[in-house]
Amino acid sequence: MSKRLIREALNIPSSEITSESIYKQRRRLIQAAMSAAILPAFAYPSFARAAGYEIPDDLPRYPGPAWLRQKLASAVRNPDLSVSDELAPYYHIITHNNFYEFGTDKRDPARYAQNFKTDPWKVEISGEVAKPGNYNLEDILAPHALEDRVYRLRCVEAWSMVIPWLGFPLADLIKRFEPTSKAKYVHFTTILDKEQMSEQRSSFGTIDWPYVEGLRMDEAMNPLTLMAVGVYGNALPPQNGAPLRLVVPWKYGFKSIKSIVRIHFSETMPETSWNVTAPSEYGFYANVNPAVDHPRWSQATERQLPSSLLSPNIVDTLPFNGYADQVAHLYKGMDLAKWF
Amino acid sequence: MVSGEKGRLLRWWFFFLLLLSPLAALFVNLLNDNLGADPAKVIVKELGFWAITLLWLTLSVTPGIKLLGWRWLMSFRRMLGLYTFFYAVLHLLSFATFLVGWRWDILLTELTKRPYIVVGSLALLLLIPLTFTSTKAMQRRLGRRWKKLHSLVYPISLLAMLHFIWQIRSDFGQQLIFAILLAILLGYRLYLNRRS
Repeated sequence: MSKRLIREALNIPSSEITSESIYKQRRRLIQAAMSAAILPAFAYPSFARAAGYEIPDDLPRYPGPAWLRQKLASAVRNPDLSVSDELAPYYHIITHNNFYEFGTDKRDPARYAQNFKTDPWKVEISGEVAKPGNYNLEDILAPHALEDRVYRLRCVEAWSMVIPWLGFPLADLIKRFEPTSKAKYVHFTTILDKEQMSEQRSSFGTIDWPYVEGLRMDEAMNPLTLMAVGVYGNALPPQNGAPLRLVVPWKYGFKSIKSIVRIHFSETMPETSWNVTAPSEYGFYANVNPAVDHPRWSQATERQLPSSLLSPNIVDTLPFNGYADQVAHLYKGMDLAKWF
Repeated sequence: MVSGEKGRLLRWWFFFLLLLSPLAALFVNLLNDNLGADPAKVIVKELGFWAITLLWLTLSVTPGIKLLGWRWLMSFRRMLGLYTFFYAVLHLLSFATFLVGWRWDILLTELTKRPYIVVGSLALLLLIPLTFTSTKAMQRRLGRRWKKLHSLVYPISLLAMLHFIWQIRSDFGQQLIFAILLAILLGYRLYLNRRS
């Protein structure tokens, strides 16, 4: 019963969401419905469990290492920070990936990352923090309860998906390592493993591996910024950035770095991979902005996947990907055309 | 080997179906849900790949005859050229239909503002006169001018190459191969020109 209600609650045609005002209207409506207990199932934490997601039997599941399973199962939906758009199907989320380390075709990561070793996993914490060190992922995650959050993901290539992540706020993690007053930026680094990642061996690639991304400290501390370890009620599949990835929903997808092995704090702005590779095309900030086009294509609209051949499901792109209320203040007074 | 008229016909049908097979494969994969989560993008990319591949094959006919002595290639040059146009048109149509959904506002900005789409459209536009003057009758009627007109294929190939290069995100392996092949194909013409 509750499962059906959830399906219905999530089953809102995304084509209806064309403007921020309508989106907010719906949020209010759902919140009103919740408080009126018309949809009691929506408020139950239990529904965020893996069982709440319909995964077709013929698709692979990723239970994750044994030590992670209990944590994943007890994840609770955070309704305040979740959008109510219809979810992208699980199949799309696990087969349509930009993870260039495993190949540049969208289907490559799902094909070639299946044997990628994600456990055991270590993360190095370094730079301007009181507690640097080399930590096991298990210890990194230990004190954090997982939340289930439905975010929009807008790729810089003008397609988008709505994805339910399992993770915890990056801010909570950062606080544990006690950054010094000099920590102005956070750098993230993806694993460098030429044996497992074919594209890192390619002679024709222009990215200088390993992949590096970064955030300003206030961006990293924003409650929306998520460290994800799961998706769709399961552990992260390797093609989606297992075992630990960043999710920054108001920025283009390439900011949300995958398979992180290093988090570094510094006073200076990190040299991020795409920015270094093509500085005129990809800025450090990379906030979703319909008003600033990529030099080679428009960012005014996006194809929201899944789209069918005869109706590409084109929707208007929203400033900050629809998260302007939560993050626009971070960029007050900045010329967003210059700091794209 | 079958000889005479029957052999020619057989060979014609063989090549005709062979060059149609990429489209057929795309259809079969689409129907079997084998094109992944974003079939639209895959279809557009594949059709573009075959258009440029066929253009390169068309350009290989002359060197094939002169260097390898494969004179039979000549009778397939028109077919290769027409298939190039066929795949290029499908490439553009599938872009406009599957990716843009015929939204004229988007199409207009894409066709005027995006350098790679401008260049690609120009290449396709220039293919039109070549396509419609490809018949034997037109070849006879135009005489010497036919050859002049059809040397448009060289600038077209450069435009297509540029269009392809502008798709590069980070890995340029495929584009490098096509560029090297084009350099050989066009370089051979320069060599022939200088010698004569």
